[in-house]
Amino acid sequence: MEDKFLVSFWPHIYDKDSISRIMWTVFLCLILSGIAGVYFFGLHALLLIFVAIITALTTEGLIQYFRKKRITILDGSAALTGLLVVYNLPPQVPFWIPIVGSFFAIAFVKQAFGGLGRNIFNPALSARVFLLLAWPKYMTTFVAPAGSVDALTSATPLTLFKESNIGLSQMGLSYWDLFLGRRPGCIGEVAIIWLLLGAAILLFLRIITWHIPFSYILVLAGLSWMFDKNGLFKGDILFCLMSGGVILGVFFMATDYVTSPLTKRGKIIFGAGCGLLTFIIRRFSGYPEGVSFSILIMNAFVPLIDRYLKPRIYGKK
Amino acid sequence: MEKNKSLWQEFSKGLFRENPIFFIVLGLCPTLAITTSLENALGMGIAVIFVLVFSNVVISSIRNIVPDKIRIPCFIVVIASFVTIVELLMYGYFPQIAKKLGIFLPLIVVNCIIMGRAEGFAKNHKIIPSVFDGLGMGLGFSLAILLIAGIREFLGTGKLFGKIICESFSPCAIFILPPGALFTLGVLIALFRRIKKGRADGY
Repeated sequence: MEDKFLVSFWPHIYDKDSISRIMWTVFLCLILSGIAGVYFFGLHALLLIFVAIITALTTEGLIQYFRKKRITILDGSAALTGLLVVYNLPPQVPFWIPIVGSFFAIAFVKQAFGGLGRNIFNPALSARVFLLLAWPKYMTTFVAPAGSVDALTSATPLTLFKESNIGLSQMGLSYWDLFLGRRPGCIGEVAIIWLLLGAAILLFLRIITWHIPFSYILVLAGLSWMFDKNGLFKGDILFCLMSGGVILGVFFMATDYVTSPLTKRGKIIFGAGCGLLTFIIRRFSGYPEGVSFSILIMNAFVPLIDRYLKPRIYGKK
Repeated sequence: MEKNKSLWQEFSKGLFRENPIFFIVLGLCPTLAITTSLENALGMGIAVIFVLVFSNVVISSIRNIVPDKIRIPCFIVVIASFVTIVELLMYGYFPQIAKKLGIFLPLIVVNCIIMGRAEGFAKNHKIIPSVFDGLGMGLGFSLAILLIAGIREFLGTGKLFGKIICESFSPCAIFILPPGALFTLGVLIALFRRIKKGRADGY
């Protein structure tokens, strides 16, 4: 009898959008930023990207095989997770770091909870935080992009701002450098222009909505501007938005369907919470960047947000 | 009922079938907190075996005297006395380990395994089976935390008992941090339940 009912996970809405169409669209929108990353940081970055994606696909396939589930490695979700894992890594990490990261993301964060649609936390971000706590030595060593003055290890703009409190011009960078991605940072987070282009396509195709990015950026930029450590209303908004992983996190990871609220009001609260936490972590904690932590913490609140902001059922009070 | 079970069964059930950590899931506080090195786990394991066996003996021998309504305070007094003995002994003879275990040494008093065995076994059984039950459960607990501590110490620092095992291994620091304890425990519980289920299913 039980077999005759198809029990599937919410939301139960039918549309021409399918998982694989959405996932591969997001994947393609992210590719540009990866190409820029490879251009700036060299072929090692390309190797890392391939290793991460292949590991993600293999892990997903093996787990589904052993759990006797339908094998869905071509739906793009595992490939997307692998790509996002590697986008969050510094460009010079050893090749086994993305292997561990992708494996952790798929096996522990996604499949251990039951696979696509059931994970509580964003797999790629959890993998990043796991790697950051596991091998801080590798995960906090950055290199300057090729073609800049010194191609050796150097700190990210946010680390410099946190530790030495120097402005952008003293770092030898301009807004234009940040916008194009000519700065030390993670592989996929530096090229703001291509990330924004990808995000614009996703917004245009209505794959993501404006609610989470809008409230996230508004709260983070507002707070950073108001409560800068050099005094009230002295914060540098463009620097705060373009110097870390904000653009990548806001448009491509905070908006993950599985780990963000369903309703519009919920999304706005979720984004605002992420923005507030990012600001608090950047300003007061030991870490220069807080995007991944804050999105993960807010992921934990998503069930609560969904529960208390349930839309009123028509006809009920 | 009591006679049908052999003493060996009372002893061996704690090792795998009813392992306090992997199947009953009791006593997780020390399991998560002190399994950062094999040395700590060994110290804690021995302390717990000692307290468990002796408290089982005493509780089993006073089981007919103690009024039912105040049995819990009585049991706690018994357990606390043995924990105090262990604590003083360890500070006397193994001060380094005692210092590392810190607050978790006196906290053996509230280790649920000991109270659980007192309530669940010793208060209804004779002295000899209670000894074997305590030994088995204590040994099961010790083996489990030794396994967890071995995995965590090796992955987290590349060492076992403080000695470097593999030079080229790049330690994964998260495993000696609290999340590493939860990851290790979760994976091991899943693994052992799978093995037990496999046995029950007959393959």
